[in-house]
Amino acid sequence: MNKPSEVVIVGAGIVGAACAFELAAEGLRVLVIDEGFPSTGATGAAMGHIVVMDDSEAQFAITRYSQILWDDLCDQLPAAVEFDPCGTLWVAADEEEMAEVRRKFDYYRERGVNAEILDSQQVRDAEPRLRAPLTGALRVPGDSVVYPPCATGFLLQKARELGARIIHGRPVAAIGAGTVRLADGTVLAAAFIINAAGQSAPQLSRGISIKPRKGHLVITDRYPNFLRHQVVELGYLKSAHSLTADSVAFNVQPRKTGQILIGSSRQYGAQNSTVDESILARMLQRAFEYMPDLNSLSAIRVWTGFRPATPDKLPLIGPSPEDPSVLVAAGHEGLGITTSLATAKLICAQILGQRPAIPVQPYLPSRQMTAEAHV
Amino acid sequence: MSESVSVRVNGKPVTVRAGATVAVAVLASGATCRTSVTGQPRSPLCGMGTCFECRVAINGEPQRRSCQVLCEANMEIEANG
Amino acid sequence: MDSVKHLRFDVAVVGAGPAGIAAALAAADSGKTVGLIDDNPAAGGQIWRGAQNVQRHSVSAVWLERLNKSAIQLVRGARVFHAADGELAAESDDSAIQISYGKLILATGARELYLPFPGWTLPNVMGAGGLQALVKSGLDIAGKRIVVAGTGPLLLAVAAYARKCGAKVVGICEQTTRPRMARFGMKMMLVPGKAAEALHFAYELRGIPHWTDCWPVAAFGNRRLESVRISRQGQTSEIECDYLACGFHLIPNVELPRMCGCQLKNGFVDVNEYQQTSVAGTYCAGEPTGIGGLELALVEGEIAGYAATNWEDRAKHLFPKRARYQTVVRILKAAFPLRPELKNLARPDTLVCRCEDVSHERLCEYTSWRAAKLHTRCGMGPCQGRVCAPAAEFLFGWQIDSVRPPLYPVRCSSLAAIPSHSVPRN
Repeated sequence: MNKPSEVVIVGAGIVGAACAFELAAEGLRVLVIDEGFPSTGATGAAMGHIVVMDDSEAQFAITRYSQILWDDLCDQLPAAVEFDPCGTLWVAADEEEMAEVRRKFDYYRERGVNAEILDSQQVRDAEPRLRAPLTGALRVPGDSVVYPPCATGFLLQKARELGARIIHGRPVAAIGAGTVRLADGTVLAAAFIINAAGQSAPQLSRGISIKPRKGHLVITDRYPNFLRHQVVELGYLKSAHSLTADSVAFNVQPRKTGQILIGSSRQYGAQNSTVDESILARMLQRAFEYMPDLNSLSAIRVWTGFRPATPDKLPLIGPSPEDPSVLVAAGHEGLGITTSLATAKLICAQILGQRPAIPVQPYLPSRQMTAEAHV
Repeated sequence: MSESVSVRVNGKPVTVRAGATVAVAVLASGATCRTSVTGQPRSPLCGMGTCFECRVAINGEPQRRSCQVLCEANMEIEANG
Repeated sequence: MDSVKHLRFDVAVVGAGPAGIAAALAAADSGKTVGLIDDNPAAGGQIWRGAQNVQRHSVSAVWLERLNKSAIQLVRGARVFHAADGELAAESDDSAIQISYGKLILATGARELYLPFPGWTLPNVMGAGGLQALVKSGLDIAGKRIVVAGTGPLLLAVAAYARKCGAKVVGICEQTTRPRMARFGMKMMLVPGKAAEALHFAYELRGIPHWTDCWPVAAFGNRRLESVRISRQGQTSEIECDYLACGFHLIPNVELPRMCGCQLKNGFVDVNEYQQTSVAGTYCAGEPTGIGGLELALVEGEIAGYAATNWEDRAKHLFPKRARYQTVVRILKAAFPLRPELKNLARPDTLVCRCEDVSHERLCEYTSWRAAKLHTRCGMGPCQGRVCAPAAEFLFGWQIDSVRPPLYPVRCSSLAAIPSHSVPRN
């Protein structure tokens, strides 16, 4: 096979790291370059869930594929990655949401994803800290969580062992036509350039649209056994779907450390990374409605992050519309940890001219051009 | 200052002078305050509420800084050092 | 759900140590409402902890008596964890507290610097001020063998106090050099009132070995301290002891001033002659503006209190007094610089972060505090890096992150009760 001499990956978040591992494993000579330290962007601020989602067939396909890839990898993950197959509990507060539980159950079952419907009492048994009564829940036992910075560190380490090089603290000024120009003037040549720069990706590849969507998270001190599953309200589907209004939803995770991670909020247009007290208060109040005991737990830290969001909520994976030597791997919004491994597989297949395991069309960046043309 | 307070540390009665902190009662009982995340016994470092090494459960409430809480009669203190 | 208390003061003072008490009393002279907020169970700060139990005519007793007789509202056991838009959010054991104010005086004091060495996590290895605070809180050390180590004048005060409480102080290990220590002694004699204090300590410490060029290299013991190995002028020796009281001088508590937007200069809060910070209406007094001890803290507090109540004349009147004590800041700085050997005390497996048990060798892989924090969890525990971040700054030269709420771990319910404003601040 005639392999390209070198791939330069811009961005050492989890997507860039996954691409580095995958491409290095295929024998390509890989260089990863990041303006800061690995996982200091959205990856470092992320919750770290590996979840199957069904907003669309394309979202399902990539999340499911990626989850299987994570499961294949889990035996190799060091303890610091904190892989925890805790499963997800999608809780329904009313009959309308219970109908959603049934729909989701059927959808998953038809596609081979293990899931079970819990009634009110079973929800209480599964998560005694949830307020009673809740109407029911969908348990998806195959979902898991990881600690994203260490998952990224693991992928980069594997890539390094396979010969990849990682450079950090060097901002990239421009990419295209087979070259990467750094802010310090250095020019690197590469057969393929991967733009995995998260929310900064549009600055390097014109013609793609990624908007930052701000989120807040709270982490508590260690309370082992307080929580067993990742728990998400199904009302999340109502609130998280809004593309304009600020929203909050109940979403908690048990961490391997015994800590509880409390989310979530979504804000468009917020540029400032400072903690927004009113949305933080709303987010916590929402969490207390579902899990009243959370209010007495000691909160250690609050932070914000920016999800790199695309208008159709699907990542951009494939050739840049303006320069086919650049492959975009960005715009994963809140699912970057889940979908990083599948993204790497799709990028790798495109570079090597192989047939990918799932159709790549829904994720091609060129779709944004088409959508724009229709407006 | 002859007044004293009696509390229980891991079930064992301990008497300290009035106004003494829970950290003092824990040390007086011979216990250590907490077990670190890798299993080491720990006791107070800073004595002023900053280091969080003195955390114990007080009347069932975990993760309290014992150096910042005064002993009250019949407090149940659980020190997991 | 906890209740939320709302308090409003013309002048809010955070920190009820000497600087805060002096500031609150000066501000109260104007007849304005003054609130004095502190996270400890009683006023007095670290230096006057437990001072309610000491003799009646001491300096501390006089100031605490004045405080008790004043109209100042003392808000005890309240941890301020957030500041924004002219309001403070605090938490007490049973409620969240929202505090609004006209003027703000920050008197947040200092804490000890701790440096990691093998065995420093053993129970009964404490801070120097740490041991003193525990003794003042009721710990009985009569008959116990104590080694006092580290650097700075606090070591002498702690040794003297421990001896007075019946402990056997085996020795004082001061890392600075003999000439620096000698110069320190001479210069302090020229500061008003300090000569008497020095003679007092010399008397109290008679017969206790005071070693310079001396520092702890390791602590040993099975589940608790049994002995400490010290390096003394290049020789190591082992000393059996019950407690090691070890602190490497003081670092200012600048987290709240930073959250309030106050500019720092060389790690301390930058203030003008009226103790006003870069934020109009926000003042700072005491150790956060420079480690200078009790007398300087008191006079800075008074100046801040008067300035915050538009009593510039009275404040100005105190400038010469402040200038006299400001020399202490320079004397301390010159006398106790940390020697480079202290950077080599930690072994690869020595823990630096005690909350998350992160070893020195794991931190060596990283080039910044933020990267080390994200990848090793260093500083991610409940102390929020208050112990390990200054140590890492010394060991690795790292700049420490920006501050975010909560400044201290607080109940989630208190976080949810932070004053939020009708206009979203994006």
